[in-house]
Amino acid sequence: MSAAPETVSGPLITADGIPLKESLQKSLRRSKIRAALLVAPPLLFLIFLFVIPIGNMLTRSVDDKLINQVLPNTFEAFESWDKVSEPDETMFAAIYQDLKAADKTDIGKASVRMNYAKPGWRSLVKRTARKIKKMEPPYKEAFLKADDRWTDNEYWLSLGIMKDKRTMGYYLNAVDRTYDFDKNVVHVDENRKVYNLLWWRTIQVSIIVTLACLLLAYPVAYLLATLPMRIANLLMICVLMPFWTSLLVRIVAWMIMLQQNGVVNDTLVAAGVLSDENRLAMMYNFNGTVIVMTQILLPFMILPIFSVMKTIPPSYMKAAQNLGATPTLAFIRVYMPQTIPGIGAGCILVFIVAIGYYITPELVGGKDGRLIGNMVAYHMQRSLNWGLAAAMGTILLIVILIFYWIYDKIIGIDNMKMG
Amino acid sequence: MALPIYATTGQRIWHYFYMAFCIFVLFFLVAPLVAVIPLSFTATPFLNFTPEMLSLDPDAFSVRWYKSLFGMCGDVEDVASTMCHNKWMTGAGRSLYYAVISTLLATFLGTLAALGLSSEHMPAKRPIMALMISPLIVPLIITAAGMAFFFAKVNLSNTDAGIILAYTILGMPFVVITVTSTLVGFDRSLMRAGANLGGTPAYNFFKIQMPLIAPGMISGALFAFITAFDEIVIILFIGGPQQHTLPRQMWSGIRQEISPTILSAATILVLFSVVLLTTLELLRRRSERLRGITPH
Repeated sequence: MSAAPETVSGPLITADGIPLKESLQKSLRRSKIRAALLVAPPLLFLIFLFVIPIGNMLTRSVDDKLINQVLPNTFEAFESWDKVSEPDETMFAAIYQDLKAADKTDIGKASVRMNYAKPGWRSLVKRTARKIKKMEPPYKEAFLKADDRWTDNEYWLSLGIMKDKRTMGYYLNAVDRTYDFDKNVVHVDENRKVYNLLWWRTIQVSIIVTLACLLLAYPVAYLLATLPMRIANLLMICVLMPFWTSLLVRIVAWMIMLQQNGVVNDTLVAAGVLSDENRLAMMYNFNGTVIVMTQILLPFMILPIFSVMKTIPPSYMKAAQNLGATPTLAFIRVYMPQTIPGIGAGCILVFIVAIGYYITPELVGGKDGRLIGNMVAYHMQRSLNWGLAAAMGTILLIVILIFYWIYDKIIGIDNMKMG
Repeated sequence: MALPIYATTGQRIWHYFYMAFCIFVLFFLVAPLVAVIPLSFTATPFLNFTPEMLSLDPDAFSVRWYKSLFGMCGDVEDVASTMCHNKWMTGAGRSLYYAVISTLLATFLGTLAALGLSSEHMPAKRPIMALMISPLIVPLIITAAGMAFFFAKVNLSNTDAGIILAYTILGMPFVVITVTSTLVGFDRSLMRAGANLGGTPAYNFFKIQMPLIAPGMISGALFAFITAFDEIVIILFIGGPQQHTLPRQMWSGIRQEISPTILSAATILVLFSVVLLTTLELLRRRSERLRGITPH
């Protein structure tokens, strides 16, 4: 920038008579704007169709607005209740007003939400709402006639969990905890705990797959990096072919290999390693998920390690051996430390991809090979507990973004190479 | 990797063990895909090798599953005929349609982004780059869930347009990565020389820069294409029954009515991937030659 040498007294002038500094700034600004204009359309596209939808979904994980919109009077009456005595007429009148005024579908959605706080709410609200039109004061009697569960204080107490417009309840559910009626965090019943086990399993599978990939990839990457180019290119096809083949095709292929009458079992039986009755169960369980995910993610490990190994001059190893190291020592002390960037890149990449896997566990995981991604899909599509799905998704996303950030810091996103 | 003559017995054993291990890993990578091919010619409606097939009895092989794949069911009479419908072909057509259009969009947008991000004066380069690549990193299940809610709100769910837009998002990062890496070696003085000789910026771009970054664009486009062609999670979340793509047909094939038809489809897709791989390798060599990097 300091284009003007100090010996020149006045500002340096361009041919047009504008000071050089100004002219440079102007042209810099112009190229800045040009670059920004190029990036703007794809960036806006991405923000509108990717960032905003995901951000929007994530807000569902804390959102509890709907119930407060449907039952405003009820929550008001709830506040003035002493939480001990039996609910009185004013409270019943309030909930009558709310149920009468609300839209039918809104009542349905609200009752589903209430059911998460206390099971039973949904049928209670549904049954009462059906009779709401014919009800006359005193409402307490009318409600009790519709369903005698209305005397049960637990239902009323559970309203306390839902009275705020924001809730952390879904996040608590996602780690097997919940609110009691006083909004204290408690563990859910032992027999209803599922999510902690799933989180633990997801991490376990991701770590096992990452380590298995590393163990299998490192020697192969070394072989590819040291073989003559012609043979290495040929073997590289073995690495890249699965990478380029449809995911579902690979899963079908693994089904053929691993099923009860599959190629692996048949071969082992024919070779006499296994008896016919003792065929291995390698599919629809934890093993299936691990084996198939390892094969699918292996190229993600081989490629970064290979590209790092390619840059290490073979003369280093020779020098170390010249200086008296055995080949093993030279490999461990000289070669391996230089491959650490590749190992790091591969491990983070495989781990990030593995932790969010959904399709593979769904198809080959069976019951005990399911991961957290499957739970997100289940709550999205089947149980329709979108708040919980969003909460689990958010936790998953945060974990992944942390690793992504580490990856960017250590390796740099722009160093990511494909194929 | 050849063993020197003076290698000790221990080194020899280690060397052969190492070679065997590498062969095992490569085998592990490729064997399942190779096993699909002969099995797709089975005559039975089951997914395992029969003793007759292993003894290479010609009667054990048939092309009936290929016929059913292509919707030629006239001579298939048994149970299999109930599985015979033309959903495979229409599915492939749909997938191709989504993949081609989303690839074109992704290539266009991705190249714009890469050109902008490669400029040395681009502000906030690093965070924007990280954002542009993030669709590759965020799990598909989360992307799909987010888009499902959003698209329902803006009336894009169950529409072709919605799916194309979603696939464009997935394909863009590949183009950004590949084009950026071809731009690394790009000599900017070429553009200045063009401008000196009187070319307009647009003319210079198409005449000078584009031919040089074309290999990156094409290989990025191939990645985007294969991603869209093979995509299953998003389509399950935002596609209606009208958007029945090939992966969706395979998905229901795997989950409900598994028949060797899926193997014949798989075989064709494996061969397809070999073709793509070869194309990509040739492109890479061409790009290196063009940019003056000698192949090693």
